[in-house]
Amino acid sequence: MTNALDAPDPHNAGISETRAERESYLRAGHTLRSWLLTTDHKRIAILYLISVTLFFFIGGAAAALIRADLVTPGGDLLTNEGYNRAFTIHGVIMVWFFLIPSIPTTFGNFLLPLMIGARDVAFPRLNLLSWYIFVIGGLITVYALIAGGVDTGWTFYTPLSSFFANGHVVLVAVAVFIAGFSSILTGLNFIVTVHKLRAPGMTWRHLPLFVWSHYATSLILVLATPVLAITLALIAAERLFGLGIFDPALGGDPLLFQHLFWFYSHPAVYIMVLPAMGVVSELVAASARKPVFGYAFVAGSSIAIAIIGFLVWGHHMFVAGQSMYASTVFSFLSLVVAVPSAIKVYNWTATLHKGRIALDPPFFFAASFIGLFVIGGLTGLALAMLAIDVHVHDTYFVVAHFHYIMVGGTVSAYFGALHYWWPKMIGRKYPLVWGRLSAAAIFFGFNLTFFPQFILGYLGMPRRYHVYDPPFQVLHVLSSAGASILAVAYLMPAFYLFYSLRYGDPAGRNPWGVTGLEWTVPSPPPKHNFMETPIVTELPYDYHVEREGEQ
Amino acid sequence: MSENVQRHEPYRDARQQHEADMMGMYVFLSTEVMLFGGIFLAIFVLRLQHPEAFVEASKRMHVFIGAFNTAVLLTSSLAVAIAVHGARQGAARLSTALFGGAAGLGVVFLGLKALEYRKEYEDGLLPVVSDPGRFSSPIEHLFMNLYLVATALHATHLAIGILLLAGLAWRIGRGNLKLPERAIVVVICGLYWHFVDVVWVFLYPVLYLAR
Ligand code: HEM
Ligand SMILES: [Cu+2]
Repeated sequence: MTNALDAPDPHNAGISETRAERESYLRAGHTLRSWLLTTDHKRIAILYLISVTLFFFIGGAAAALIRADLVTPGGDLLTNEGYNRAFTIHGVIMVWFFLIPSIPTTFGNFLLPLMIGARDVAFPRLNLLSWYIFVIGGLITVYALIAGGVDTGWTFYTPLSSFFANGHVVLVAVAVFIAGFSSILTGLNFIVTVHKLRAPGMTWRHLPLFVWSHYATSLILVLATPVLAITLALIAAERLFGLGIFDPALGGDPLLFQHLFWFYSHPAVYIMVLPAMGVVSELVAASARKPVFGYAFVAGSSIAIAIIGFLVWGHHMFVAGQSMYASTVFSFLSLVVAVPSAIKVYNWTATLHKGRIALDPPFFFAASFIGLFVIGGLTGLALAMLAIDVHVHDTYFVVAHFHYIMVGGTVSAYFGALHYWWPKMIGRKYPLVWGRLSAAAIFFGFNLTFFPQFILGYLGMPRRYHVYDPPFQVLHVLSSAGASILAVAYLMPAFYLFYSLRYGDPAGRNPWGVTGLEWTVPSPPPKHNFMETPIVTELPYDYHVEREGEQ
Repeated sequence: MSENVQRHEPYRDARQQHEADMMGMYVFLSTEVMLFGGIFLAIFVLRLQHPEAFVEASKRMHVFIGAFNTAVLLTSSLAVAIAVHGARQGAARLSTALFGGAAGLGVVFLGLKALEYRKEYEDGLLPVVSDPGRFSSPIEHLFMNLYLVATALHATHLAIGILLLAGLAWRIGRGNLKLPERAIVVVICGLYWHFVDVVWVFLYPVLYLAR
C-alpha cells in the first residue's frame, strides 16, 4: 500500500512508450502550433503550469533579493527605492501571477472535467483565450519590471500610487487589470462546467471536494475580480488625469480606495487558499484511504467561506481611520469567517484518525498544509482582534501571518497536487523518496524563514523597511538562512520530475490505488478523456470495499 | 432547439449546449454588474459626502439630451427584443432590419453623447481638456470627472454592442447565420444589448436627475 507508486507495473515494464502514452493528449499533435492553438483543457493546464512556474521563479528571485538585503541592518545591497521596487514586484508577481492562477488554472483545468466525467470545460476556446490574456498581462508586468519597476507595494495605496510614486504604476495596473480578465474567464468556465457538464449520476452530492472548492473559488473570481478591475482603472485615471475620486483636494476620499481594494483583496486571499483546501481534501482522503469525514460540511464550508469572505474586508483598515463601529462589526465577522476553515481542519484530522496512512509525498504535503494553515489561521484570528491589531498592524507579524497561509499553505498544497497528480498528467512515476525529502525540506525551510518573523513583528519590526535596529539582526539572519533552504527545496522537484519524464516507470491508470473518475482513465489521459461518458453510481471516496478486502 | 445545431466538443446534445451558453452569458453579465457597481459605489459615496455641491453640479447637466438618449436606447432595446423573438421564429428579414435599426439607434446615441461632450467643453466643464480653473468648485470638477469616466465606460460598452448588432444584421442578412437553428447567438447578443441599456437607465437618474 505504501509504495504503490514504486511497484513495477507488470503490464508495462520495459516498454519505452506505453500504449496509453501513444494515444494520450500529449501525443495528439507534436507541433508548437498544436500546443499554442489547443483547446484541450489538459494541454491548456500544461501551458499554465509552465507559465506560472516561470512567474514563481521570477517572484522568488525578487524574494531572494529582499532576504539578502535584510541580512544586515543597513541598506547595503539595495537602495531604498530599489528595495521598495523589489518587494512590490515580489508581491505583484506572487499574488496575481502565481498564487491566484496557480491551482485553478493548472490542476483545476486539468482535473475538473475529468472529475465530473466531462470531455472538456464548457467553453474550451475561452479557456485558451484566458491563457493568452494571462500571458499578455504577465509580459507587461515583466516589461514594467525591466523598465524600472514600481514602488507602491502590491496594494497600490493612494495617494502614494496616484501622485507620489514615480515608477510604472499605470503599466502594472494595466497588467493586473488584463490578468484579471483571465481570472474571470476561468471562473466563468468552471461555474458553467460544474453546473452543466456533470456526467449522468454525478449529482452535487457526488462531486469530489476538489470540485466544490473550485466552484466556490470561481464564484469569488467572477464577483470580486471586476471590482479590482474598475479600481485599478480608477487609479490609472487618477494618475493620468487627476480624476480626484481618491484625492481629498477635489473632495475625493483615499479611504474609498482602500475599501474597494480590500473588497476585492480579502476575497482574493480565499481565491488563493480555497483551491488549496480542495487539494488537501483529496490528498487526505487518498492518504488515509477513507471517506472524508463530514463530506457535506467540508463542501458547505467552501461555499460559506466564499460568502462570508466578502464581508470582512474592513479588518485591513482598523487603523486607517474607519469608524469604530464598522471596525467592531468587521472584527466580529472576521472571527466568523474562521469557523468554516476550522471545520475543514477538524474534518481532515478526523479523516486521518485511524486511517492506514500511506506515507507518500502527497501525505507529507497535505500534513504540511494543515499544520501551517492552522498557525496562519490562528494568527489571523489574533489580528482580527481590534486591540491586538493596533499594535501589530503593518509589522512582520502580519507578514508572517499571510505567508503561513499563502506560502506554507497554498504553495505546499500546490506541490502536493503536483506530486499526487503528476503520474496522471504525465503518465510516469517519480522516485517517492525524493518527494518525501523535498516535502520535509520545504517544511523545515519554510518554518525557519517565517517563524522568526512572528517574533520580529511582535517586537515591533515594521514591514516594508530594509534599514532596521541592529538587535533585530539575529532573527533576520535566521529568516534569510531559512529562505536559502526553501529556495533549494523548491528547486528539488524540478530535477526528479524532469528525470521521471524520461526515466520514470509507466504509472498505469491508478498508481495510488484511490477512488475518483480521473483515476479510471489511462495515464496520461486520451485527448477526449473518456471513451464513453461514465455513469456515476458510487459516492466519492468510496473506500470501504477495498479496506475490507485488505484486512 | 432543432437537432442540426452545430455541436461543440464537450456537449452531449444541443439542449445541454444551449443551457451552458445561456448560463455563461448570465455569469458574464454578473461580472459586468460588479464592474459598474464599483463606479456607482464611488458616485454614491461622494454624493453622501458632499450632498449640496453634488446637486449643484448635477444641475448643469444637459438633462434633455440625456432624456432623449434614454428614449433612444429604450427604443433600440424594444427593437432588439422583437428581433430576437423574430429570430427564434426564423424571421430572418425582420431580424436583419431590426438589428440594423437598433445598431443605428446606438450610433444616434453616441452622436448625441458626442454633441453633449462638445457642449460641456464649450461651457468649460469637460475634464482633461477644459481649464480646471473654470470649475465653480472642486466638487463640480470631481462630479464632471466621475461623469466622464462613467459615461465613457458606458459608451465603450455601447460601441461594442453596436458592432455586435451590426455584425448580426450582416450575418443574418447574408444567410451566414442560420435561423432559427443558431438563435442562441442572437439571444446572447440581445442580452448584452439590454444590459448596456439598463446601465444607462441607472446612470441617467444618478448623474442627471440628482436633486
Ligand atoms: C482565518 C481567517 C483569517 C483571518 C481572521 C485573517 C485576518 C487578517 C487580518 C485582521 C489582517 C490585517 C492585519 C493588518 O494589516 O494589521 C490580515 C492580513 C492579511 N491576511 Fe489574513 N486572515 C485570515 C485568513 C487569511 C488567508 C486565508 C489569507 C491568504 C490566503 C490571508 C492573507 C492575508 C494577507 C495577504 C494579509 C496582508 C495584506 C497586506 O496588508 O498586504 N489571510 N489577515
Ligand atoms: Cu483580509
